[in-house]
Amino acid sequence: MGAAVEYPAPAKVVEVSDLVAHFGSRLILKGVSLDVREGEIMVIMGGSGSGKSTLLRHILGLERRTSGTIRLLGEDTSTLNARQMSDLRKKIGVAFQGGALFSSMSVGDNIMLPLHEHTDLDPTTMEIMARLKLEVVDLAGFENLMPAELSGGMTKRAAFARAIIMDPRILFCDEPSAGLDPVVASALDDLILRLRGALGMTIVVVTHEVESACKIADRMTLLDNGEVLFTGTVDEVRAHPSERIQNLLNRRAETDTIDPDEYLRRLTGEDVDGGRV
Amino acid sequence: MKHEVTERAGTTVVAFAGDVDLQNSPQARKVLLEAVAGEHPVLVDLSGVDYIDSSGVASLVEALQTARKRDLGFALVAVSESALRVFQLAHLDKVFTIHGTLDDAFADNR
Repeated sequence: MGAAVEYPAPAKVVEVSDLVAHFGSRLILKGVSLDVREGEIMVIMGGSGSGKSTLLRHILGLERRTSGTIRLLGEDTSTLNARQMSDLRKKIGVAFQGGALFSSMSVGDNIMLPLHEHTDLDPTTMEIMARLKLEVVDLAGFENLMPAELSGGMTKRAAFARAIIMDPRILFCDEPSAGLDPVVASALDDLILRLRGALGMTIVVVTHEVESACKIADRMTLLDNGEVLFTGTVDEVRAHPSERIQNLLNRRAETDTIDPDEYLRRLTGEDVDGGRV
Repeated sequence: MKHEVTERAGTTVVAFAGDVDLQNSPQARKVLLEAVAGEHPVLVDLSGVDYIDSSGVASLVEALQTARKRDLGFALVAVSESALRVFQLAHLDKVFTIHGTLDDAFADNR
């Protein structure tokens, strides 16, 4: 019998190691580590205040960390100058939670913004690219509308179109289902799966929606109170014996984990040394 | 990206090789628009293309539309599986005529 063939593991396109982050004197991320492999859909899931949005902002280089390292597509983001960071950002797309479309520009112009910023393509090419992406997100023919004329689900789709306009290697989505009715949210999940299937894109989704996370994730990282509880496949997460993880999946609050001293300091605005924040 | 333009049996064959991406799609666009400005139908041979991004696909769309306006034939040859998935995602497989090989393309048009 021949030896088993060993396939190389997919490259890690996001590597977060021991990330510590504060907001003022408040410790938000307590040594978070996670990897995202090329071509997978990684869902970072946690409740309100878990630190998941802060983690995303750090990965995107929008916040200054206290300590730890973040590597994107193999590059340590703390060592990059502004131009190198700009080059790296061309390979990354972000669909922000509220869409982040400019209200004074048409949908088409919003979608073409990254092209105007990063390329010298002919305007005809840009317009066709924008229409192609609108077709992909099922918003064909909407390029001349203004963002105010879009519904919540359409705004999210337009944000997706802008996020993928440069064919990014990694797509980050911040709470794609938030504020949407279940049918529209489910359609967005389908869109995420379609994008990965057709484009082979690595997709990182930050969400608090358990159902959505379980539908789209190849792997999930569960974040709670600034710490990674567990990273694994949906089946591994569901089967995990930890009560804390099951509570998170079933959205049961853990009131007994509140540190009364820290809670009191937070309410009274005092930091750990007894001074005012 | 490299390209080569040849004539075969009254057809202009534009062959690309390598990656067609943001860096070089303007060059691909120029080559394609020159080809469809001629008098012959155009076949675009993508058998040597490893990767084509949206800007390259957009250039193909523009060339196709220009060819149609001029009543010229325009078809793609040997679209890779990964590129075909991108075409299907944007429903472009319903817009372009796609042949498996150059010989197939000429046989179909005979």
